[in-house]
Amino acid sequence: MLATRLIPTLIAAAGLAWAAPAIAAEKPVDPYTVSNANAGAQPFTGDQMLAAFHGQAGVARVVDRMVDLSVADPRLAEIFHATDLERLRRTLKEQFDYLLGAGVDYTGRDMKTAHKDQGINTAEFNALVENLQKAMDQEGVAFRAQNQLLAKLAPMHRDVVTR
Amino acid sequence: MKRLLRAAGLAVGLLGAAGAARAGEMVNGGKLLLTGGVTNVEGAGGGGLASWATITGYETVDGVGANVHGTMVNLPDYDFRAYGASLGFRDRIEVSYARQAFDTGATGAKLGLGSGFTFHQDVFGAKLRVAGDAVYAQDSWAPQVAVGVQFKHNDRGAIIKAIGGKDDSGVDYYVAATKVLLNQSLVLDGTLRATKANQAGLLGFGGGKKDDYSLQFEGSAGLLVTKRLLIGAEYRTKPDNLAGLKEDDWMDLFAAYAVNKHLSITAAYADLGEVATFKGQRGLYLSLQAGF
Ligand code: HEM
Repeated sequence: MLATRLIPTLIAAAGLAWAAPAIAAEKPVDPYTVSNANAGAQPFTGDQMLAAFHGQAGVARVVDRMVDLSVADPRLAEIFHATDLERLRRTLKEQFDYLLGAGVDYTGRDMKTAHKDQGINTAEFNALVENLQKAMDQEGVAFRAQNQLLAKLAPMHRDVVTR
Repeated sequence: MKRLLRAAGLAVGLLGAAGAARAGEMVNGGKLLLTGGVTNVEGAGGGGLASWATITGYETVDGVGANVHGTMVNLPDYDFRAYGASLGFRDRIEVSYARQAFDTGATGAKLGLGSGFTFHQDVFGAKLRVAGDAVYAQDSWAPQVAVGVQFKHNDRGAIIKAIGGKDDSGVDYYVAATKVLLNQSLVLDGTLRATKANQAGLLGFGGGKKDDYSLQFEGSAGLLVTKRLLIGAEYRTKPDNLAGLKEDDWMDLFAAYAVNKHLSITAAYADLGEVATFKGQRGLYLSLQAGF
């Protein structure tokens, strides 16, 4: 646990992630430059948004539920079939934490790079948003706060949807 | 990689429905709840009184969507009813048809038209989305913009002439700007309409005071309370063309509830002001919409 937290941070510090990160559970990805700009939006200021999500623990529950729902979702199953879910869960949690103002760094790829080979269409994008809404409902995140996070994610449609 | 697998799948002739959907381009449904708006009095995608820049139906850029609707407004001295159907293509083009009935009921006798006298109007609409994105472009204030045209034909030409109307048919042109502000949970629309219509065409087109097009405003402001419920208010200005029959602006307070992606209900308290000499036409607006 500590190692999986530390290693990405070290990699982030080095400014570059290597093709074969030393994280046993995660599969290697092509090298890329680590930067918070990869998260695709500016974070909220203040601690209200993170509080609305019940802290990083709440964010983790939301992300895990969203991923679980999406993997089980017949509309999306094919896309997530071959996905490294370990890495996806970790980077999504970082990204949401970062955007919600948790002061966490995002160490994943930018949205364009991460989704360029997925062939995602708008209906699939929206299906994922619906799963996120379900996960946020289950976590008891207030509807206003849900929409505020969605306002950050919605413009990523441009980079995520490729057909 | 997945692309390759898909292509390979196709190459060996596995052109099943699912394969066609993934490789092909038609995917019906998939829009987020309420983001297509509901069906308004004229059969266009919008609020209750206003036409919006959104395209009707739950289709995305990859498919088609459709709706049927029924609407009624119970006023102190009249009843209004409408039904119709609309189609949305690739979240880009909307075509719609509505048949409206303006039933004068017992008031018809007082007006000298005969009890139960009813005006009918056919409204054929088309709308083209021309710029912007109401939902996804949350990093920009630029609204989604659409231009629309509504061809209206009223079946009571003789009476319309008798009350001073110039025509029993007319064409409205409008440009609508709509934006969902997710950060504020708001849905806003402002629409400019060039029209000659009297009471939206239910009393014909043009009149003794004016027989020219005038520019009118209609708008909606709504708050998303939950992902299924939008509450808000609308305002619609109107020309006042007929010499003898004053007409007022319209307004309403509405709640649009999406039961699911196939069914939504809009309830409103509408204030239509003075209609054919009868003042204070306020009442319940109810609209049911079914589609995909
Ligand atoms: C705003 C919406 C979205 C956000 C914020 C988002 C975020 C992310 C993040 C952070 C990653 C990991 C990046 C990395 O590995 O470095 C990722 C990867 C991925 N995402 Fe998304 N995503 C979004 C939409 C979608 C949608 C709509 C789908 C599919 C329906 C999808 C499918 C995937 C898949 C399959 C991967 C793994 C890619 C790979 O293994 O190479 N994402 N996404």
